[in-house]
Amino acid sequence: MAVNLKVNGTERRIEVGPETPLLWVLRDTLGLTGTKFGCGIAACGACTVHVDGAAIRSCVTPVEAVAGAEVTTIEGLSSDRGHPVQKAWIAEQVPQCGYCQSGMIMAAAALLSDTPRPSDAQIDEAMTNICRCGTYVRVRRAIHRAARA
Amino acid sequence: MQTMLNVSRRRFLQSGAAAAGGLVLGFHLPAGGRLAGAAEGEAAINAWLRIAPDDTVTVTVAHSEMGQGVYTSLPMLVAEELEVDWTKVRAEFAPADQVYRNRLFGIQATGGSTSIRSSFDHLRQAGATAREMLRRAAAEGWGVPVEACRAQAGRVVHEASGRAAGYGALAGAAAKLEPPAEVPLKKPGDWSLIGTAAARLDVPAKVDGSAGFGIDVKLPGMLTATVLASPVFGGRLKSVDETPALAVKGVRAVVPLERAVAVVAEGYWPALKGLEALAPVWDEGPHAAMSDVTIRAELSAALKQDGAVAHNEGDATAALAGADRRLEAAYEVPYLAHATMEPMNATARVTDTGVEIWAPTQGQGPIQHAVAGLLGLAPEQVKVHTTFLGGGFGRRFETDFVVQAVLVSKAVGAPVKLVWSREEDMRQDFYRPAAMARLRAGLNAAGEPVAWHVRLAAPSIMSRALPDYVKDGIDPSSVEGAADSPYAIANQRIEYAMRHFGVPVGFWRSVGNSQNAFFVESFLDELAHAAGRDPFAFRRALLADKPRHRRVLETAAEAAGWGRTAPEGRFRGIALHESFGSIAAEVAEISVAKGRGIKLHRMTCAIDCGRTINPDTVVAQMESGIVYGLTAALFGRITIAAGRVQEGNFDSYPMLDLAQMPEVEVRIVESGAALGGVGEPGTPPAAPALTNALFAATGMRIRSLPLSRHGFSAV
Ligand code: FES
Ligand code: FES
Repeated sequence: MAVNLKVNGTERRIEVGPETPLLWVLRDTLGLTGTKFGCGIAACGACTVHVDGAAIRSCVTPVEAVAGAEVTTIEGLSSDRGHPVQKAWIAEQVPQCGYCQSGMIMAAAALLSDTPRPSDAQIDEAMTNICRCGTYVRVRRAIHRAARA
Repeated sequence: MQTMLNVSRRRFLQSGAAAAGGLVLGFHLPAGGRLAGAAEGEAAINAWLRIAPDDTVTVTVAHSEMGQGVYTSLPMLVAEELEVDWTKVRAEFAPADQVYRNRLFGIQATGGSTSIRSSFDHLRQAGATAREMLRRAAAEGWGVPVEACRAQAGRVVHEASGRAAGYGALAGAAAKLEPPAEVPLKKPGDWSLIGTAAARLDVPAKVDGSAGFGIDVKLPGMLTATVLASPVFGGRLKSVDETPALAVKGVRAVVPLERAVAVVAEGYWPALKGLEALAPVWDEGPHAAMSDVTIRAELSAALKQDGAVAHNEGDATAALAGADRRLEAAYEVPYLAHATMEPMNATARVTDTGVEIWAPTQGQGPIQHAVAGLLGLAPEQVKVHTTFLGGGFGRRFETDFVVQAVLVSKAVGAPVKLVWSREEDMRQDFYRPAAMARLRAGLNAAGEPVAWHVRLAAPSIMSRALPDYVKDGIDPSSVEGAADSPYAIANQRIEYAMRHFGVPVGFWRSVGNSQNAFFVESFLDELAHAAGRDPFAFRRALLADKPRHRRVLETAAEAAGWGRTAPEGRFRGIALHESFGSIAAEVAEISVAKGRGIKLHRMTCAIDCGRTINPDTVVAQMESGIVYGLTAALFGRITIAAGRVQEGNFDSYPMLDLAQMPEVEVRIVESGAALGGVGEPGTPPAAPALTNALFAATGMRIRSLPLSRHGFSAV
């Protein structure tokens, strides 16, 4: 079966089982490996991408559910690390191992587009991604920094 | 692994090489004579660096980057002596080669918080000799004395004639010169880069998704596999009907292994669906009845007998008998999984002529040996490419997942990327051992401890991983952090009862320190309260002849506001622990809501790691180590029933998240002492600082972890 979607601005026609999670379409079919696999059960957020601007966990999202939608991955967030969230992430030196960071950044970018000046409580609520390296204090700082930018 | 390091270091010192002031430099280029990734026009000055015509310097990083910052801090060592602008420095991972061995381990591997310590001298020397070669190349080209040429910010300058040349222009000629013998290194006071918060070299690639992790490897013709090993530890695959997997679209093959079955497909998803369709039949082996109940029974029985003596000082038994007050308590911790964010994976290409591996690994050397043994090759014939690691914490020191990838690639005759599910990662780990301790102490009339008797019971990691290090019943990694207490107590006896179970155990961030700090620092807190003393003052008094420890303790206490009233409803706990050559003290400030909800307000940490290479990395590693320790203390528990792990994913093995995360303040104490590690030392004090704060808040003494077992949660 073929599914049509727009990924990072490009129309794609994908021949996979319709139940295949978007995560594996992105990673294995389209080679967009910036989006990560951490749990496969929507528990960690490493696979977070935007679908029509909203942050979703792509490991539990069947590709057919996003047919016709606009998908943005970390690769499409900016072409030059110029997104305010990416800039803030660099300024705060957030990443350690880096594996959760694509998902963190996508979740933060979605939060800031809905809530440009989030409170700590709003950050708590939106940022449920797991970082095993414990970069949380810097994630929070970077979100506040991006909000000020 | 601290002990491993100490033992290696001892041998090394005995060899006399260290006394000569310099490690033997691996200055020959690895096999082939070219650095991996070197582009045309680039000149490799030695095995550690090459310079491009545009003056960029690429430093070879022999250690694995798993978040701890070596991709930045190791190049800093080279750049300091090379005299080059940090903005011109790039890094890349070394191929597996003995040149790149960990000088404290003798093989190429990352662990025990040794990266900086094992590289400090030879990487600075690599930078210094390269700088001298560049100066000489310039001087010879200009026909001037080398002494008149100065190296500065990526250029060599001859002031008298006003001539100057960039390193890029000089590198070709410099590379042809004979490297000078030992070059004197800068004095610490002359450093301009070491000690500064130089920007991490890996951050740009980690904010745009381009950093290449093991799971991102792609090769022409590559297939993807996933695997299920016997859920019961030690079990074997008896049989498997391959048909249901082969019926899944995209599945190419089912590969039975001795203890596991792998499904190979065009991508991870069909491989997983194929695997889920299988109903493998297992020979469950001898551990099918093993459970937490049987393991705990054996450990607690072990505590009732004398153990092997790990440390003995004075006469603890007599002093206990003669003490004015005696205290005794039993402590316990469970097995823990590493749960690296990136599940275990490796890519292998086995051909008739050799084998090539791409892996997020801490153990390039161990991989070469394991795979060479498997395929009947020499270790040097096993090519290993190191990717970024999505966390390591000791798990990626093991080679099990790489061996699987090699076997599967060999079986299907194609390059194979083998990726574990999160559940497989959780259930086939090498776990932090479950451990129990019985602690006894005696106080004199003044409330001072005069006797200290600790008996530990736990499985041994080294017995499997590095059996040479086990002597007279003592696995040094099982007693580290307990047998070497900094506190001045005249009569001490530390015993260890080694017990083996079917659960594989391995190096988990800070290893034995992770549980022993909890035992020691909690019980010490009990003594302080029993003596009616302030826990900080009580510790401080026992550190009279340990000025470094005392200063760290005082710094943490001061920064945390110890002794001043905490905000309404908040309570503090303190703990100190030395590990991997560094000393860390932490103060937890918490409040406890009705229904046992713990709010972590603030963690304050002081660290003395001797010298600081990059202060921002030190701070980040303390933040990270603290989260790792707090997560385990609050939630971490691997449960064994019917010989298998019950937990499978982050729903049953939860992680601290951002909303639960306390503020963290880190103070670096610059003592100028010998270099210590920073990847692990932040972890051990976190659990006892938290449970000691909980005692202050509730009067409940927590003697077994995690806190979730006692009905506590994080809010
Ligand atoms: S991989 Fe999707 S939430 Fe963890
Ligand atoms: S940076 Fe390693 S998991 Fe977040």
